[in-house]
Amino acid sequence: MSIRLRLFLILVLATGAVWASAVVWTRARTEAHVERVLDARLSEAARMVVSLIADNSIDLGAAAGVMEGAGTETAFAPAADYEHRLSCQIWSVEGGLLGQSEGAPDGRLSSNSSGFSTSDVDGQAWRVYTAEDPDLGIRVMVADTRAMRENLVGSIITALVLPAGLVLPALLGLIWISLGRGLAPLDRVARVLSNRSASDLTPLPDEPAASEVRPLIEGLNGLMTRVASARESERTFTAFAAHELKTPLSGLKTQAQVAAMSPDPATKDRALAQIQKAVDRTDRMVRQLLDMAAIEAEVAEAGEHPASIAPLLADVMEDLASLARVKGVALHADLKESCVLQCSRPLLLGTAVRNLLENALAAGPQGSEVTLTMHAVEEGRSCAIRVRDHGSGIPLDELALVTRRFVRGRQAEGAGSGLGLAIVDLAMERLRGRLSLTRAEGGGLLAELVLPCLSGHVGPAVPDLQASPAK
Amino acid sequence: MRILIIEDDDVLRDGLVVGLSFAGFTSEAVATRVEGEAALEAGGFSGMVLDLMLPDGSGLDLLARLRSRGSTLPVLMLTARDRPHERVAGLDGGADDYLGKPFDLEELAARLRAILRRAEGRADGRIAWNGLVLDPAKMKGEIAGEVQTFSPKEFAILRALIERPGAVLGKSALEERLYGWEDGVESNTVEVHVHRLRSKLGASFIETVRGAGYRLAPPTAKETA
Repeated sequence: MSIRLRLFLILVLATGAVWASAVVWTRARTEAHVERVLDARLSEAARMVVSLIADNSIDLGAAAGVMEGAGTETAFAPAADYEHRLSCQIWSVEGGLLGQSEGAPDGRLSSNSSGFSTSDVDGQAWRVYTAEDPDLGIRVMVADTRAMRENLVGSIITALVLPAGLVLPALLGLIWISLGRGLAPLDRVARVLSNRSASDLTPLPDEPAASEVRPLIEGLNGLMTRVASARESERTFTAFAAHELKTPLSGLKTQAQVAAMSPDPATKDRALAQIQKAVDRTDRMVRQLLDMAAIEAEVAEAGEHPASIAPLLADVMEDLASLARVKGVALHADLKESCVLQCSRPLLLGTAVRNLLENALAAGPQGSEVTLTMHAVEEGRSCAIRVRDHGSGIPLDELALVTRRFVRGRQAEGAGSGLGLAIVDLAMERLRGRLSLTRAEGGGLLAELVLPCLSGHVGPAVPDLQASPAK
Repeated sequence: MRILIIEDDDVLRDGLVVGLSFAGFTSEAVATRVEGEAALEAGGFSGMVLDLMLPDGSGLDLLARLRSRGSTLPVLMLTARDRPHERVAGLDGGADDYLGKPFDLEELAARLRAILRRAEGRADGRIAWNGLVLDPAKMKGEIAGEVQTFSPKEFAILRALIERPGAVLGKSALEERLYGWEDGVESNTVEVHVHRLRSKLGASFIETVRGAGYRLAPPTAKETA
């Protein structure tokens, strides 16, 4: 249902309800008022007749005659509608009918001896006032019909409601048009949006808009900017990834051709070894690309669970033990305290630490040592995980750049994909942690991850993990 | 022909050095722009294979600096970015040729030969001297109606001599041409290869200039190419 129709119906119903209650109220008030006025008239008329008789101004017998003659030719007729609306009967106290007005029913109007009463005579409802004069021995009854009273109230109400009824369609029309005009800014936005192609992410035209619509436009523009930048970074990433894969592929192809062309077995073997190296490296790069895509696609999951860090790190250490042996680098873990992480995807931390350790193993010269340590900081509110190597480190001017995608340090010599630290950085962003890289004292790189963790969940970690190079 | 290779991926770099050696090129390979500039400073290269994206800067910057110094060194640009506008940027940036990764080793060698011979002012791939028609692409020569094949090292020396026929090349200059082969240069290597060349081309094709080095003998009148 459109907002316009919805508003229209609400307004019509509200207006209708207000009007209906006004009519009901007016009717009740009018009825009460009319009742009072007409009752007063009845009693007044009755007393008037009594006083006339008492003064002997009229002879009862003559009066009866006059009354019989009156009516049809009376000059005093206020309006045709209200003619013969009052009926009068004069009864003797003994119960004899002394006289009655024209139009009065034949039956006795009231059995009451005095005061107001309601009666049903000849099939009609009457309102009667009886005035008794014991001295004269008469009862004067003046009455009008209920039907007349209802008719009167009805015509008053009709007179009130009828013009309103005539105005109603005009009012509805006005409401409909006003709603249309009032909602025009929204319509404009809707029209602009529906005319755009799905890939058009340019901001909406910045024209003066109603204060209610402005947040909508601003919200949409903000959203579109975010979508555009996300799409742009995705595009850049894909393009970069494709380019970055071309270099190792190129190495593979060249070495394969070398192997095919080589005249001697030694050169061929060397080329094959290079091919193996390139395949390993390409494999790692593809894995990192997938890691990155997985972290990027990660949407905050609803449930955050506490997860102990130490077992995660133990898994990573185990995975990298063979790599450390191949490189001839000693890999030590010193996990004094284990912290508990509150997050939806603790595995991201494993990915981050794995990348740091792989970098450290690649950087450290043969026979050197890579250490992984963990301890609580900030009074147990955070957990610091440190990876330190004894390689050549990262030059100071590169420290800020290396977390960007596909940025390789000068000393990396093309061995890595340029994605490792970018993955760590991204994972830290998702885990609300941070990565800092500093030059370690005595050379080498110190990479530190600081993560918020559940305070009071610091305990002794799993036994020392060691992975040493084969002796 | 001694080639400078600047490529940061070590597997590819190694493949280029070995692969180009099969085509008779001697190469020196470095991984970064800084090392590349140092090597260019030292000189002695007939051409360069340059990667566009280096860890410490763009190959295009290095090329621009090289050209601004007035160098006409033939440069073949090697890059993963091979969309048309990127090729245009590379060629306009001073590269003589442009090859997208991954490439074919033989094509690379052929393109290198092409830009090198154009730099020497020749359009024909073959070089003729004193009755010898040398085909660098095949590392073969034809002399007196007979086809001779050469080993890469023999070819490297012959190629060096035939580039400037008549000029004397010292032993060290010839050794430089051989520098980069993985087995190193032994003291007698140049003599050994010259000896083998003489046995293939005739004893008088290469002259020894006492105390100076070697040169190709001037052509006999009837055999001028």
